[in-house]
Amino acid sequence: MSTHSSSAPAALRFRDLTLGYERHPAVHHLTGEIKAGALLAICGPNGAGKSTLLRGIMGQLRPLGGSIEREGLDPRDIAYLPQGAQVDRSFPITVYDMVCMGLWRTTGLFGGIGRKDKEKVRAALAAVGLEGFEGRPIGTLSGGQMQRTLFARLLLQDARLILLDEPFNALDAKTISDLLDLVQRWHGEQRTILAVLHDFDLVRAHFPQTLLLARAPVAWGATADALAPENLLKARRMGEAWHDDAPACAA
Amino acid sequence: MSATDILIAPFVEFEFMQRALVGVFALALGAGPVGAILMLRRMSLTGDAMAHAILPGAAIGFLVSGLDLFAMTFGGLAAGLLVAVGAGVVARATELKEDASLAAFYLISLALGVMILSVKGSNVDLLHVLFGTVLGLDDPTLYLVAGIATLTLLTLALIWRPLVLECVDPAFLSSVSRAGAPGHIAFLALVVLNLVGGFHALGTLLSVGLMMLPAATARFWVRDMTPLVVCATAIAFVSGVVGLLISYHLGAPSGPAIILVAGGAYAISVLFGPAGGILTRHWPRRHLEA
Repeated sequence: MSTHSSSAPAALRFRDLTLGYERHPAVHHLTGEIKAGALLAICGPNGAGKSTLLRGIMGQLRPLGGSIEREGLDPRDIAYLPQGAQVDRSFPITVYDMVCMGLWRTTGLFGGIGRKDKEKVRAALAAVGLEGFEGRPIGTLSGGQMQRTLFARLLLQDARLILLDEPFNALDAKTISDLLDLVQRWHGEQRTILAVLHDFDLVRAHFPQTLLLARAPVAWGATADALAPENLLKARRMGEAWHDDAPACAA
Repeated sequence: MSATDILIAPFVEFEFMQRALVGVFALALGAGPVGAILMLRRMSLTGDAMAHAILPGAAIGFLVSGLDLFAMTFGGLAAGLLVAVGAGVVARATELKEDASLAAFYLISLALGVMILSVKGSNVDLLHVLFGTVLGLDDPTLYLVAGIATLTLLTLALIWRPLVLECVDPAFLSSVSRAGAPGHIAFLALVVLNLVGGFHALGTLLSVGLMMLPAATARFWVRDMTPLVVCATAIAFVSGVVGLLISYHLGAPSGPAIILVAGGAYAISVLFGPAGGILTRHWPRRHLEA
């Protein structure tokens, strides 16, 4: 179903993938591959399985059927920004320490944070426009500042595959445009990026590829084609409710 | 009576006071950081549950071999670790949350302890286990308490990052590392160890107090993790010293005196603490320009 023209190697391959909860599918029979370096938007109505797909890619959810091949990607090569990241904002920790955690891959449990690393942290904070926020407790940040902090941490993670779950929710235009610049920069660095998004205008403007999901894949390919009106209508018709007496899937 | 007579002389003159001083210092070193992390992980009541869980173990040890340090320590440790690890494993392997599984485990443990005691039918003097004897610490007990403090600090250094990260952003930790679960289990083991160390000096129930009160007190004064731990440890130690002095001068029982001092510090901090105390919340200073 994937319609990529580039010949880049695949970063992720789904084979008849079904993900779900207690036998009820949330992603149903998804097959296709995502090329390395792709910038892919994942769209669809609420309950369409978008976040579930990201959790499946992270390995937090075992497939009910089919498989995900991660083509030589170590779990640590994947950076994941969950939806409305469940950060405990009351925890007494500073922005600097929060962003430092992005260095986990190199420092691990015990590694020191040297002068070079400190320079990197400072550069990451500057890249998201949070200079001077180093010593601020995270509890004092606004929603947008918190999201910028999490993006700074993503920057340091230096991951080959980046999963963003509704990263721009409830942010102002300036913040969105700053963070989109970062996404474009990652795209330029040949990283693979998957972002769950609801704003079709934003997707059309910035994301070359789109997967339109409504439990089953509705369309997958160039954004203009995938978000065509007939596809959107089809996606909207998806029945959201579970049925306890739904029969076992034959396919 | 000069200040020296009140504050210094008891410790200079009496060996049992020196031992008690060393004891509360070691206890504070372990209990301060452990309590701070318990509080930040929203497990403040877990300490209390664990104290109930080790009680039957210690009681069985006491029943089998009397007031023997080894038997009671071992019994308490075994019961506590069983409950802590069991609850932790159930919480992570099933849908049940940590608080519910811990409640289930410690209640079973407590009931089992009471059952064993009443079937055995001996009227055991459990006052020692319940309220401790900080003024009668012998050498082996001091070594035990100091050893536990050392082990606590070393282990915490190793599991510090996963512990902190799991409180702030558990989803992120699980995406970069598998250290979350082992770190948590190791931490629960540290809680048990410190409670067992504490019960020789303060008794099982009061040793929770030396963990939680200083941590809750420190939260009213600082807003960052590292100072919080240092502050909690310092408050625990100072409470210990002041409690010992009060107990010496007034002839009051030492364990409750120590905890009441810590409780007093807590009450003052609730009122006057600059980081979210009642006074600063209700009568804040004039707002700033930016």
